[in-house]
Amino acid sequence: MAYVLLNKLETCERSCPWVDFRMSEEIIKMGIIKAKDVVYEYVRRDEDGNIEGMTTAVDKVSLDIEQGQFIAILGHNGSGKSTLAKHINAILNPTSGTVWVDGMDTNDEEKVWDIRQTAGMVFQNPDNQIIGQVVEEDVGFGPENMGIPTKEIWERVEESLRAVGMYQYRKHSPNKLSGGQKQRVSIAGVLAMHPKCIVLDEPTAMLDPSGRKEVIRAVRGLNDVEGVTVILITHYMEEIVHANKVFVMDRGKIAMEGTPREIFSRVEELQALRLDVPQVTLLAHELKKNGIDLPDGILTIKELVDALNP
Amino acid sequence: MLRDITLGQYYQAESIIHKLDPRVKLGGTLLFIVSLFFFENYLGYVISALFLALVIKLSKVPFKFMVRGMRSILMLLLITVVFNLFLTPGTPLVSLWKLTITVEGLNLALTMAIRLVLLIIGSSIMTLTTTPNNLTDGMEKMMRPLRVFKVPVHEVAMMMSIALRFIPILLEETDKIMKAQIARGADFESGNLINRAKAMVPLLVPLFISAFRRANDLAMAMEARCYRGGDGRTKMKPLVYRKRDYLAYAVIAVYLIVSITIGRIVWF
Repeated sequence: MAYVLLNKLETCERSCPWVDFRMSEEIIKMGIIKAKDVVYEYVRRDEDGNIEGMTTAVDKVSLDIEQGQFIAILGHNGSGKSTLAKHINAILNPTSGTVWVDGMDTNDEEKVWDIRQTAGMVFQNPDNQIIGQVVEEDVGFGPENMGIPTKEIWERVEESLRAVGMYQYRKHSPNKLSGGQKQRVSIAGVLAMHPKCIVLDEPTAMLDPSGRKEVIRAVRGLNDVEGVTVILITHYMEEIVHANKVFVMDRGKIAMEGTPREIFSRVEELQALRLDVPQVTLLAHELKKNGIDLPDGILTIKELVDALNP
Repeated sequence: MLRDITLGQYYQAESIIHKLDPRVKLGGTLLFIVSLFFFENYLGYVISALFLALVIKLSKVPFKFMVRGMRSILMLLLITVVFNLFLTPGTPLVSLWKLTITVEGLNLALTMAIRLVLLIIGSSIMTLTTTPNNLTDGMEKMMRPLRVFKVPVHEVAMMMSIALRFIPILLEETDKIMKAQIARGADFESGNLINRAKAMVPLLVPLFISAFRRANDLAMAMEARCYRGGDGRTKMKPLVYRKRDYLAYAVIAVYLIVSITIGRIVWF
C-alpha cells in the first residue's frame, strides 16, 4: 500500500515539481502513531497566580509505532508518561514538535474527532469514565456520538462486550461491578468506536491484583485477536512482559527502549529509575551476580526453573 | 448506611405500563393531575380513583409502594386538612371551643386531601414504572420544540442523567470521608444544630474537591469518546411510539372526557 502510494507520489512530483512532497513521503512511510521531538511544557503558578516557572513534562520525545503492535510505556510517577499519552488522543497538543495519528497531525483542529476515533483512550479511574447507567448504554455512548445508525450501534455493543468478556453483564448497573469489570466495560466502550489503536493510561493503577490480571488479559485479547494496536502505560513491570516493545520514561525523556527481555536484563538501570523489577527477574539477576550461569532478562518463574534445571 | 438509598423509586416488573413510552407516561401524568382540578363534585374523583386503580392493577406494582410515597407528604396533608377545616368561613356545622367547622370547610378539606392523595399516587406510578434514564430521554424528546427558544434541551437532559449516575458514587464517597473523619476524632452526631453544621465543613470540602476532580475527568473521558453536544448524535435506544402508546393516549383521552364531563355537569 505504502509502496503504491510512494510510486504515485513520484509521478506527482515529476508532473508538478513546485509542490513540496517531502513531508507527505514521511507521512506515508510512518506507522500508526509517530511523534517527533514532542515537547510539552506547562506553567507553574504560585497561590497568587504569578508565574513561578515552567515545567517540562515531555522533553523531545520521538516515537514510531507500527499498526498491530503491543507497546508498553513504563515510568514512575511524574515521568511524563500520562502527559505523552494524552497527546496521542489530541487531548493535549504539544508545545513544540508534532504527533501524527494514522497520518493526521494532532494540531489540525479539523481532524480532532477523526483522531479520537482512530486512537481510543482508557483512563485510570473506572468510575470517572463510565457515563451510562447501564453497561450496554455506556458502551453505546461512543458510537452514538459518532452518529452510527441504531442497528449498527447494537451490533458494535454486543461485539465489544463479547471481546472483553462482559456480555452477560450488559443489563447491569456499572455501580454494582468490581473495579476490573468496570475497567473492562470502559475498554469495550472504546472498542465499540472501532479504533485502530487504544491507549490505556494506567488502567490498572486503582485495581486489586485479580482485577489487574482481568484487565491485562482483556487487553492482550484485543491485541492478539482483534489486531488493535495497544499502547499500555503503566508502572507495573509484570504487565509489560508480553509487549512487543517497551519505552521507559524518566523526567519527560525516553530513558530506555527495547524488547521486554532487553529492558529486564538492565536491572541496575531500572532500579536507578525507581522501577520495581519483578521478583523472578531480580532473583535471577542476583543469582547470576553470584556466579550461577543464567541467561539475561528472565521474565517468568517457568523460565527461571527451566534455566536452573536444564 | 448511605449506600442503601435507592434513587428514583423504580420498581422492576414486566407490565404494559412499564413498557409504555416515557412520553406517554409523562404526558398522561400531567393530564391526570390537571384533570383533578376541574372537578366540581365527588363523582369526578371517584372516576379518577377508579382509573388510577386500573392503572395500578395493570402496572403490577404492589400497592404498598404507592403508600410509601405518601408517608413523605403526610405532614403537608395534615396541615392542609386542618387549616381548611377550621379556617374556611361559611355555614357552621360543629362548634368546639373557639374552633368552628363549617360545611364549606369540610368540603374544601376533603377535596384538597383527595386531590393531594390522587396527585401523589398518580405521579408515583410514573416514577415507579419508568427508569430515571428513560424519564430523562422522554423529557429530552418532549422538550425538543423549546430548542427554537435556545433552551439547551439536550445539555440539560445529559446533565440530569450524569447527575443520576454520580449520586450513588458521591454517596459512597461521603460515607468514606465521614468514616475517615470519625477515625480522626470528628463528631457528627452530638451538639446543637450550629455545632453539627460546623462539623459538616470537613466533610463537604473534600467532597466538593473530589466532585470537581471527577467532573474534570469525566469531561475528558467524554471528549475522548467524541462527545460534542447533541448535534449529529444518534440514539442507541431511540424513543418510537408503538401501537400500545397510541392506545394509551386514546385511553387517557377517554378518561379525560368522561371524568370532566361527569365531574362538572352532573350534580349530586
